[in-house]
Amino acid sequence: MIKINNLKAQVEDKEILKGINLEINPGEIHAIMGPNGSGKSTLSSVIAGRDEYEVTDGSIDFNGEDLLDLDPEERAHKGIFLSFQYPVEIPGVTVSNFIKTAINESRKGRGEEPMEAREMLAKMREKAALLEMDKSYLSRSLNEGFSGGEKKRNEIFQMAMLEPKLAILDETDSGLDIDALRIVAGGVNKLRSAENAVVIITHYQRLLDYIKPDFVHVLYNGKIVKSGGPELAHELEEKGYDWIKAENA
Amino acid sequence: MTDLAQDLLSSFVVAEPQLNGSRNLGVVHLRKEALDRFEAQGFPTTRDEEWKYTNLKPVLKQGYRILLKGDDAVSFADIKSYLLSDLDTYKLVFINGKYSSWLSDSTHQEFDVCTFAAALNKYPDIIAEYLGNAAPKGETFVDLNTAFADDGAFIRVKANQTVDKPIEILYLTTNENGPAFSQVRNLIIAEQNAEVQLVERHQNIGEQPSFTNFVSEVFAARDARVSYYKVQNDAEHATLVDNTHVVQKDQSNVHVGTYTFGGKLVRNNLHFYSCGEHAESHMDGITIIGDGQTVDHHTLVDHQEPNCYSRELYKGIYLGKSHGIFNGKVMVRQKAQKTNAFQQNDNILLSDRAKVDTKPQLEIFADDVRCSHGCTIGQLDRNALFYLRSRGIPKHEAEGLMTYAFAADALEYVKIPQLEKRLNRVIAEKLGINLEFTL
Repeated sequence: MIKINNLKAQVEDKEILKGINLEINPGEIHAIMGPNGSGKSTLSSVIAGRDEYEVTDGSIDFNGEDLLDLDPEERAHKGIFLSFQYPVEIPGVTVSNFIKTAINESRKGRGEEPMEAREMLAKMREKAALLEMDKSYLSRSLNEGFSGGEKKRNEIFQMAMLEPKLAILDETDSGLDIDALRIVAGGVNKLRSAENAVVIITHYQRLLDYIKPDFVHVLYNGKIVKSGGPELAHELEEKGYDWIKAENA
Repeated sequence: MTDLAQDLLSSFVVAEPQLNGSRNLGVVHLRKEALDRFEAQGFPTTRDEEWKYTNLKPVLKQGYRILLKGDDAVSFADIKSYLLSDLDTYKLVFINGKYSSWLSDSTHQEFDVCTFAAALNKYPDIIAEYLGNAAPKGETFVDLNTAFADDGAFIRVKANQTVDKPIEILYLTTNENGPAFSQVRNLIIAEQNAEVQLVERHQNIGEQPSFTNFVSEVFAARDARVSYYKVQNDAEHATLVDNTHVVQKDQSNVHVGTYTFGGKLVRNNLHFYSCGEHAESHMDGITIIGDGQTVDHHTLVDHQEPNCYSRELYKGIYLGKSHGIFNGKVMVRQKAQKTNAFQQNDNILLSDRAKVDTKPQLEIFADDVRCSHGCTIGQLDRNALFYLRSRGIPKHEAEGLMTYAFAADALEYVKIPQLEKRLNRVIAEKLGINLEFTL
């Protein structure tokens, strides 16, 4: 689905990604772990197309297309979704209007007809229920006055509505209490299919107890320095990151 | 002295005997005094502190003809699009400063929704009591207007009455024979516990530049409620100086909303005089302008009595090479204890060539008050923009959505749904977006 090859990126002349190689296939869940400042959020931002980052080398191929040529919205239309670590508050725009606009713009981008209002409403209700969100959420201003947990849940709600091929969850577990974590993870698990893939970016093992990854990668100093199965996450939980740092010093 | 000022002074000699109320000595006296003050002062320049950021020189030099007559050649079809089509309203239409009875829908039944010209002749006592008592003498545009004050809207709502539908006031300029200068004068009186809603609009429907000097005096007696909406979406060759002065008594509630999208130069001098206890003064507005446009909001709230509340919220969105000015003065006099005054002016610059000057000005002489003020000038939040785009909303729409959301809370106090809808539509149009929903 996505092939990242020798990806290098910098922000304001500081190189952050120093040659990332990663391949993800449909149906897979990958976890990317690593200490603070290792480049995890940069990687997700570069995949989603944030323009503050300058890609200096390498490529990202998404279902046969060069992703780096596309605007963020075009990437979204192709099926890439990034769940933000810090979702932005947009006062004056309700959740339901926002999601309606996002879905129909994506459809337009793919040359499809807008979704019927009735279908949209039914889908919103279904997905809100999946994430145990009260209906009143839909008429609130996007993220405004939402608690940390509500914001994260709202991100997964949007993911559920947009049905991306590749979802990148950037630190979705941070700031969640155990109940919210369970709901969010439950939501992600229910949305899994053989056609889509999920990348979980996290600092801790915690979320991986609920969403079982097929592969775990350790990102350190702008490179993937170790890859393995779920057992790698447990090893990191036990031993911390110091041994990784020592190995790569 | 500018040529225009000279022309005005000489045309006064000819015009004065023909003006309505010219047999009313009080009015004659008022006009002559005002003209003398105008003659002494002339038009302001950027050396005047109150006009520091707005240079009138280019717009004053257009070689205006001074219009003292109306125009009969306007049909309802010409003006239909400037009125709220889906709403039953009283209508007062003025052409080149003169009333057009056949385009209007006035009443004298329970309240007066008619013309200032008629009131000058019909109600000398009311004119003597109110005319010139809200708009301050010595303000040069007010004086100039007072000297020629002849026609405009006259609205008087007697005690305990509510005007059953909104009043639309449309001021048209039609002149085809060169640039036109015209003046209009309103007198709006809401007596004790009366209620009225007004929607007004200035529109140049001709091809030539225009300059309108407009004065509106509003009196809200005890417990009166006035909603006054100004839709400023004039042609790109139109200049407007709007002088609106509001006097409020105890427990009255007045809202003036100013929505500015058009015109070459718009200067709003909006003053509230809070002269009774527990009065509420609301003023808010949205400005969205682009290339070659200047909008200058000069506001004053003068708190003279204790226990009053004022709220001021102005949002500005500037595209292209445009210039916005906000000067918000809040005066709290020594006697006006327990005043609660709020002021906020937020601006977004969507272009490198747009410019905003914003200045809060607080003068507080009482010691037990709550006054807050703030002003911001910024650009759209990049992070938020990326957030929207990452969800599939294209850049242009994402910018529009955010700008829209930024402006929308200044529409909160619009009580006429049809007007709100229309304003929403104009805003979407100005921002070049086609959103499938209203916020």
